[in-house]
Amino acid sequence: MIRLLSKVAGPAAAALILTLATGVRADAPSRVVSVGGAVTEIVYALGQEHRLAARDTTSNYPAAALQLPDVGYIRRLAPEGLLSVDPDLILAEEGAGPIETLDLLKQSQIPVVPVPAGFDQMVVLDKIAAVAEALGVPGEGATLAAKVDTDITNALTDVTPTDTKVLFVLSFQGGRVMASGTNSPVDTMIAMAGAKNAASGFEGFKLMSDEAIISAAPDVILIMDRSGKMGIEDSDLLHHPGIAATPAGQKGAIVRMDGMLLTGFSVRTGEAIRTLSRSLHAIWG
Amino acid sequence: MALALLLLCVAAASLTVGAASTSVWQTMGDILAGREVSLRDRVVLWDIRVPRLIMGCLVGAGLAISGAIMQGLFRNPLADPGIVGVSAGASLGAVMAIVLGGMLPFAPLFGSWLVPASAFGGAWASTILLYRIATRQGRTSVATMLLAGIALTALTMALTGVLVYMADDTQLRDFSFWNLGSLAGASWSKLAVAAPMILLPVLLAPLLAPGLNALALGEAAAGHIGFRVERLKGTAILITAAATGAAVAASGGIGFVGIVVPHLLRLLSGPDHRYLLPNAALLGAILLVLADLVARVIIAPAELPIGIITALIGGPFFLWILLRQRGLAEL
Repeated sequence: MIRLLSKVAGPAAAALILTLATGVRADAPSRVVSVGGAVTEIVYALGQEHRLAARDTTSNYPAAALQLPDVGYIRRLAPEGLLSVDPDLILAEEGAGPIETLDLLKQSQIPVVPVPAGFDQMVVLDKIAAVAEALGVPGEGATLAAKVDTDITNALTDVTPTDTKVLFVLSFQGGRVMASGTNSPVDTMIAMAGAKNAASGFEGFKLMSDEAIISAAPDVILIMDRSGKMGIEDSDLLHHPGIAATPAGQKGAIVRMDGMLLTGFSVRTGEAIRTLSRSLHAIWG
Repeated sequence: MALALLLLCVAAASLTVGAASTSVWQTMGDILAGREVSLRDRVVLWDIRVPRLIMGCLVGAGLAISGAIMQGLFRNPLADPGIVGVSAGASLGAVMAIVLGGMLPFAPLFGSWLVPASAFGGAWASTILLYRIATRQGRTSVATMLLAGIALTALTMALTGVLVYMADDTQLRDFSFWNLGSLAGASWSKLAVAAPMILLPVLLAPLLAPGLNALALGEAAAGHIGFRVERLKGTAILITAAATGAAVAASGGIGFVGIVVPHLLRLLSGPDHRYLLPNAALLGAILLVLADLVARVIIAPAELPIGIITALIGGPFFLWILLRQRGLAEL
């Protein structure tokens, strides 16, 4: 319900807050907090990163963003932490919160501009437009949006559809497979890359039993590439009793992709489609 | 007395330190003198730190005093507020609001009140249910309550599990953060609701002290001395449900305070409830305000959930006391 409301009211509210903000301030916001990985990528792509004062934990691309102070997890922003970086604008991806923190920001008269979330080509362009407008660079925004739009369209036309079934494994804790069903960013990305989601019987992310994995018969296992030791080992995946019995397990077909690239639906969406499609074709031709 | 002083020091520290670098004392002086204060400084002091400090005191006091009462009532040093089903009920209430809240047409009206209200409702419902189960013909069996509490907790946990399974990724995260507790949501409007609900039981609790002391001799003996044991039990459970329910609703699951604080005090100053109960309130407040202070500054500008800190500070400290006292006190 809330999500729906903010989807409808988002752009209007953004415009309203923007006029209020620009009405009050003679200069454009120069201490911006970017909340949401997709938002931060757009700020960098617009070349406006010099105006960033802080970011949230999900903002991990580009690497330079990691140098900025981290105000916490997107849904658990600490009010005092946010105020401590002296922001004059907060770009908040839809779902940022909690409400208490947003209320306090309102009380402090710090404009919070909502940026839509979502995962399709149109939403990517909406995100860019919202960020560019809030930063007062609509011209650059339009250029970037056009570039990204063309890039995604080209990537989609270049994709050769395959019957490859892809199982996205979000986590593999204790040997239990948490996979992505339909209605998720990964599901959309798999479809955009011309392949099929092997787990189509449920929505969102759920634990999948060994038998369910065997009957889903994925040709490729897709996982997020986390650097360091936190990641999932190939050998662990391939020895999992469910996965071992699938075409993917027998061929050792594991594709790793950067999490933000895969699920961010930001300026790199075209690149994500090409990367995933190329990886799938490299394995199954 | 020493504890009250310590609480004052901790409170002052908590107001002074924070992610935002403002001179709090100057701001406070400016406000009191009626001088102009920047909006940011006023919000940081008046809308963030002060309500948060008060909420920390209340929640800490409420949890610790409830723990002390439960340990006295059950004559079991391992009892904590969770034993009457409060925590499990609150947890179920919270997860219901988080997972199913979006489906309710009236949910947006509640806004940020939905989860606390539902947690409070869950806490009360499970405690009252448990009390009903354990009460036959006007007599409450503490043993039945203990055992039925285990069964009821298992049942609520199972229901919580079902909802956790239904939850999507973000709901799951919201719930796990709720479980770790935080005072970050403290505001004047939340205080207005939570304060009376925690303060009243905390202030009434010391009246139970003579009864709980007598109860240490056993229910029959306490009855012979002239205490109305059934009324004592009912009041104790009511007070615990109110204080803990409101505390958990306001701040999420903050473990450990209810069990460690009374123990510390018993080791330091003996088991007499006349001192134990007020001191537990003070020490609980101190521990929680201190934990919140650490939670706020350790990874500033981000924050850690406070439940992590209470366990991190409380655990080793408790162990240290235990090791120091071993041989002196029978544990």
